[in-house]
Amino acid sequence: MRIMFFVREATRAMRRNAAPTFAALATVLVTTLVVGVFIPAVEVTNDAANTVRSRLIVDVYMKGSATRSDEARVHRELIAIAHVRSVQFESKAQAYSQQSKQNPAAYQLLGTNPLPDTYHVFPDNAGNVLAIHAALSPNGGVIDPAIQSVSNKKGYTKRALDLTSAVKWGGLAFALLLTIASILLIANTIRLSLYARRREVEVMKLVGATDWFIRWPFVIEGVIVGAAGGVLAIAVLGLAKVALLDPLFSGWSLVSEIRTIAFPALIAVMIVASVAVSALGSGLSLRRFLRV
Amino acid sequence: MIEFRGVSKHYSRDIGLDQATFAIDRGDFVFLVGSTGSGKSTVMRLLIKEIEPTEGTIRVAGRDLSQVIRKRIPFYRRNLGVVFQDFKLLPSRTVYENVAYALQVTGGTRREIRAKVPDILRLTGLSTKLHNYPDQLSGGEQQRVSIARAFVNHPPLLLADEPTGNLDPETSIDIMRLLYRINRTGTTVLVATHDQAMVDKMRRRVLELSRGRIVRDEATGLYARDETTREFAQRMRAPSTRPPGLDVDLVPDEEL
Repeated sequence: MRIMFFVREATRAMRRNAAPTFAALATVLVTTLVVGVFIPAVEVTNDAANTVRSRLIVDVYMKGSATRSDEARVHRELIAIAHVRSVQFESKAQAYSQQSKQNPAAYQLLGTNPLPDTYHVFPDNAGNVLAIHAALSPNGGVIDPAIQSVSNKKGYTKRALDLTSAVKWGGLAFALLLTIASILLIANTIRLSLYARRREVEVMKLVGATDWFIRWPFVIEGVIVGAAGGVLAIAVLGLAKVALLDPLFSGWSLVSEIRTIAFPALIAVMIVASVAVSALGSGLSLRRFLRV
Repeated sequence: MIEFRGVSKHYSRDIGLDQATFAIDRGDFVFLVGSTGSGKSTVMRLLIKEIEPTEGTIRVAGRDLSQVIRKRIPFYRRNLGVVFQDFKLLPSRTVYENVAYALQVTGGTRREIRAKVPDILRLTGLSTKLHNYPDQLSGGEQQRVSIARAFVNHPPLLLADEPTGNLDPETSIDIMRLLYRINRTGTTVLVATHDQAMVDKMRRRVLELSRGRIVRDEATGLYARDETTREFAQRMRAPSTRPPGLDVDLVPDEEL
């Protein structure tokens, strides 16, 4: 009974204040839509950056003369280095079959196998690749006589690291800014519509209404506006996905492995965020008008 | 019913009320008069606990207002009916809904509302205006709605701050008559006004404020307590017959 009363109050207020309600709804719609487009975009770039980073490893090439005991010793030494997550051995035969598959003509021509036995050293974190590299080749030398050389992709690795971390942090900062801007925008729109009704709130207080008695209809109004804006934004987004993105990506192998946030999860995030922001915005913005 | 003991209210720049001491009994009809800025509104705002006194104690119905915590203010206010010069109606609600709101606030059931609201609207002569919005009503009608809203809970105390300030003389008499009628049901009524002629005609107890001080507290025993509202209205409409000695009787203020 109480709840129904508050819901009726909320819908009445929305009917009587159609213009501010529409403004609030439009604001929620637009900001949610922008966030909804932006989250997958950030996800895609992050994913790309992570893919690049996961390829950053150090290769250790063994001498042809290395014996089994040499290999076992080197393996122990590699594992002992700080920040090494795992070490993977690739024998010269495995490497040959791998490479000749990619480029059969060239390896056919070579005849013999020129590839050395190789240890792939995976870092615990892509950012530590350079440290591992430095530990493996102190002063340009090697740490074990059985090691022929250590892969030297220092320049490439450094640039890849800088670029990917710039992309990640940039995306994060941008997402943060966008979120703050959205919240401020929605809160401000709600504040405006509340400001127009501050006299009403004052009268309610003078008649003896408690703060929550006045606040509930506003919060419910916020929930309704937030939900409506969120649903509309999702509808637009879903339409765009079905009409534009899906045909674009289907049958295009180059970017087929784009991994992004699942659509249902995105919908859930968007609707919860829009409802929460606008309900909280209504409830909190009201506070200053309740001091009568 | 109301007791002010040494109550002062200092605003940042000037003094709203200065050491005011007075008491109003249950069932009284009291006028609070004085020019603009004399402290009438301060008394009203103190009584609805919109502001706090700088010093002194205020008791309403035996309760010390300083003991009413912020959270309990709404519940305290439900024991008061308050009428303002600018009516303070909710513009987005009809006459009926405006009055019903005062009951909804206190958790009144729908049945209760359906029983009480038409009654009070009949009493205030608004039965034909149930579904009008405030901006479709005249000033006098709006004030009657606000009195209906103030009285629908049958509070023991009714405060009216310049209830006739925006109304013409004839409408003012109607409003005063309505307040008198409410007073006759046993409700204590305190009216702040600067309408001297009205006060003279009403012949009720008068508290006069000047620059925050009580300068006159005078109970004229010239009226018959059991005057009917009809007789009351007739007397109010009659040409001004000032009871002799009302103005001469000013209580001199020693410090003035």
